[in-house]
Amino acid sequence: MLGKLTWAAIPFYQPLPLYAMGVVGIVILAALGVVTVKGGWPYLWREWLTSVDHKRIGVMYLILALIMLLRGFSDAIMMRSQQAIAIGGAQGYLPPDHYDQIFSSHGTIMIFFVAMPFVIGLMNFVVPLQLGVRDVAFPVLNSVSFWLTASGALLINVSLVVGSFARTGWMGYPPLSELAYSPDVGVDYYLWLLQISGIGTLFAGINMVTTILKLRAPGMTYMRMPIFCWSALTSSILIVVAFPILTATFAMLLLDRYVGMHFFTNDAGGNMMMYVNLFWAWGHPEVYILILPAFGVFSEVIATFSGKPLFSYRSMVLALLAICVLSFTVWLHHFFTMGASADVNAFFGIMSMIIGVPTGVKVFNWLFTLFGGRVVFRTPVLFSIGFMVTFVLGGMTGVLLAVPPVDFVLHNSVFLVAHFHNVIIGGVIFGALAGYNYWFPKAFGFTLDEKWGKASFWCWLVGFYLAFTPLYALGLMGMTRRLQHIADPNWRPLLLVAEAGAVIVFLGILCQLMQFYVSFRTRESRRDLTGDPWNGRTLEWSTSSPPPAYNFAVLPRVETIDAFWQMKRRGLARAEPVYEAIEVPRNSPIGIVIAFFAVMSGFALIWQIWWMAIIGLLAIAVTVMVFGWSENREREIPANEMARMERARLSFGRPA
Amino acid sequence: MDGDERVYADRTPGVEQQESTASYLSYTVGLGLAILATIGSFVVSQTSLLWPPGVPVGLVVLAFAQIGVHLVFFLHLGSGPDHTNNILALAFGVLVVFLVIVGSVWIIANLNANMMPMP
Amino acid sequence: MTIATVDAVPVEVVRGRGGGGPAPTRTVVAYGFWIFILSDITMFSGLFAAYAVLSDRTAGGPTGSDLFNLRNVFIETMCLLVSSYTAGLGALSAERRQRERFLVFAAFTFVLGAAFLYIEISEFAGMVGKGAGPSRSAFLSAFFTLVGMHGAHVTSGLLWLVYMVAQVVAKGLRPHVLRRLLCFSLFWHALDIIWVGVITLVYLMGAR
Repeated sequence: MLGKLTWAAIPFYQPLPLYAMGVVGIVILAALGVVTVKGGWPYLWREWLTSVDHKRIGVMYLILALIMLLRGFSDAIMMRSQQAIAIGGAQGYLPPDHYDQIFSSHGTIMIFFVAMPFVIGLMNFVVPLQLGVRDVAFPVLNSVSFWLTASGALLINVSLVVGSFARTGWMGYPPLSELAYSPDVGVDYYLWLLQISGIGTLFAGINMVTTILKLRAPGMTYMRMPIFCWSALTSSILIVVAFPILTATFAMLLLDRYVGMHFFTNDAGGNMMMYVNLFWAWGHPEVYILILPAFGVFSEVIATFSGKPLFSYRSMVLALLAICVLSFTVWLHHFFTMGASADVNAFFGIMSMIIGVPTGVKVFNWLFTLFGGRVVFRTPVLFSIGFMVTFVLGGMTGVLLAVPPVDFVLHNSVFLVAHFHNVIIGGVIFGALAGYNYWFPKAFGFTLDEKWGKASFWCWLVGFYLAFTPLYALGLMGMTRRLQHIADPNWRPLLLVAEAGAVIVFLGILCQLMQFYVSFRTRESRRDLTGDPWNGRTLEWSTSSPPPAYNFAVLPRVETIDAFWQMKRRGLARAEPVYEAIEVPRNSPIGIVIAFFAVMSGFALIWQIWWMAIIGLLAIAVTVMVFGWSENREREIPANEMARMERARLSFGRPA
Repeated sequence: MDGDERVYADRTPGVEQQESTASYLSYTVGLGLAILATIGSFVVSQTSLLWPPGVPVGLVVLAFAQIGVHLVFFLHLGSGPDHTNNILALAFGVLVVFLVIVGSVWIIANLNANMMPMP
Repeated sequence: MTIATVDAVPVEVVRGRGGGGPAPTRTVVAYGFWIFILSDITMFSGLFAAYAVLSDRTAGGPTGSDLFNLRNVFIETMCLLVSSYTAGLGALSAERRQRERFLVFAAFTFVLGAAFLYIEISEFAGMVGKGAGPSRSAFLSAFFTLVGMHGAHVTSGLLWLVYMVAQVVAKGLRPHVLRRLLCFSLFWHALDIIWVGVITLVYLMGAR
């Protein structure tokens, strides 16, 4: 009746996760209680949960990312602590079974539910505003995408309490991930929740590509688009062509586990190496999906805070396009040691070195943008400069690892772990935090506190170096990744330094929370009244903060690159434009409804409760068909209403 | 500003904007060519008309030809400036498909060759 | 969503450089669907790659040449190809607001697609009955998954077609219905393109 689900699925015998979820459960219930008591549900439903506005959806993505950062980071600090304690004779506090689930969920959460939502959220919020249009190409699909991602996040949190998570690491290699060696539901959780959120991500990519290529303000040619939009375009193109490979690979592993097929099994002709090959054919473009929008953020931030146009926009665009294409030619460097011969390894090693060149071009262009400018050292700029130093170092260790003989020594050591954290934290996280600080006033109408922002930057920077530089050394000394127990006591000092680093990063996260709290409390004194707090260059700064739901009453005419900068130089238009009626999409509950049934189906498929799975999947199909039948999904705002809203908005605090 | 300026509305695959006879003709010609290519594939594969080692190449060529017929005659993919986005998307897709399939075959064949012999 | 008209000054000609402002909804929807098809083709390429790599891993069991019936494959191919043709003619009729003609072509498309599925399911059932099911060997797993995934897409296409016919009957050939029919045509033609890949790589190369 309930498939494999029994009371034994709840880990009563393991107090730690139960207490943790107990605390989280209480916090969630308290939050829901506060909302209910304050009568906030109609507001929440109308303004956020059923919203199809790209700005709201972008903010929800960021909220998801920040919440999951807390979960992923708790996994990190638990691992660091275990490795700091369990040296020599000591056993630490995490049994191997538990530790394995923690490092698997740490990787899965950080990549899929922190980095991806952060990047997609920023793209969602910023791109339509920068393009001078009212929303993305498919607003309702946008909502569905967000809610499917959130469904995956919900399921990975459920796995903490009901059943277990995968013990295979975040990559899920067979044969360990096959039924014979992972008979419990852990790998099933991993596979199904990533399939669900993967569909959400794919739809977001399709939406973004279509928006950028087909919906831009009049006069905005490709070479007049803001550079962030180019980075969003290339990243989204990669999402569209790479994620389906992961979908296919996970589908094959699911078929092995559920139907007894033999794609990657030990017997009957299966080939486990094919999984590794296909996984990384997705996995390498994935890291570029994460980093390209971060590059875009840095380009915008550096140009704005230097008061200069971006140096060599054209070569920046070419570099982005080159990285996009080359990202599909390097994936074997993730498995040099799997046994390919020298010619294959050499080809991919050389390609992996070549792909560093366009990034190098970008770094020089950022430096040349800063040079000669009047640089204002606000938090986003600190993150950008921290990025340039940190990412270059991380990239260099990457080029080192790209040399196959070197990789033979360092593959799967903590040197590798240090390398990818170097580029992900130094690149993606710093970019995400820079973008968060930079565009926060636009989203919420007040700036973030500088002091706490800078404090969080320094904690992240110092914490990162303390946490990961020892790992470079330890990797060269021979320490493998994912160790639950350390045999060599000589490694203790370095592991303690790494632990200290993790604690300092934790302080950095606390500083960020403090920053938000303090800024919210003092928000009246830091209101952004002009919509342009940084003397920006691109069109999002021409709207009010926050912008109206429809972004632009009249779409701007774009004649140059850095359109808003030119508009300011020529003097903003004083005459009131002629308002016309516009159509805006209505809210839709379809996103959250599909997500509900996706969670239901996913949970049912994991636990093999077939009747529930069938109901859930049918319900999704019915929801889509009912939605497809509906009419009146847009409403018109008549011209006089437009005029009234614009006049009210513009008269408040804006120079006339 | 002169009056005969035109905003280029881009074309999308599948959108038919020609007059009736031309379109019915397009589909019918496409069907005919596709049937020929299909029969050709079966003949190449099942008879010894083509030099045996060349059969895979022949099949691939005919497959590409048939796909091309589909793209041009059924999906109306063209080469003008209105079609640039579509062609670029297709080209990138073809590149990725090629890299994934050919790359995987090359890599796995290489890996398989280096496997230890079974006891 | 309508876009406010540009002010009286004409938009400059920016041939091929994309300065014409937001595209009409029909173009946006069709292009978005084209990009979705691109993603679907990439997904199939993962399955094609797996098949290419595993096609000789028969684990002592039956091989392709033992199992494939090329006569049936030819009939399936013709069914799908002609259904693509009728779908195209249906799309033309819809564009010209010829409702009855559209419905006739849609019916032909459905019947031919259903015939394709019938032959394919019979083939699968036959193979399973002979002990050559997907869990027999890696080759068969790859075969059933690749061809079966294509068949699942055809099935979804047929269900979608029924839904679209219902919409045409109930609502008529209105702009949003026409946009969806355009998406359906793209989907159906793409499935035929993928089938060309399947017969080439799986059946014709495998049956030699």
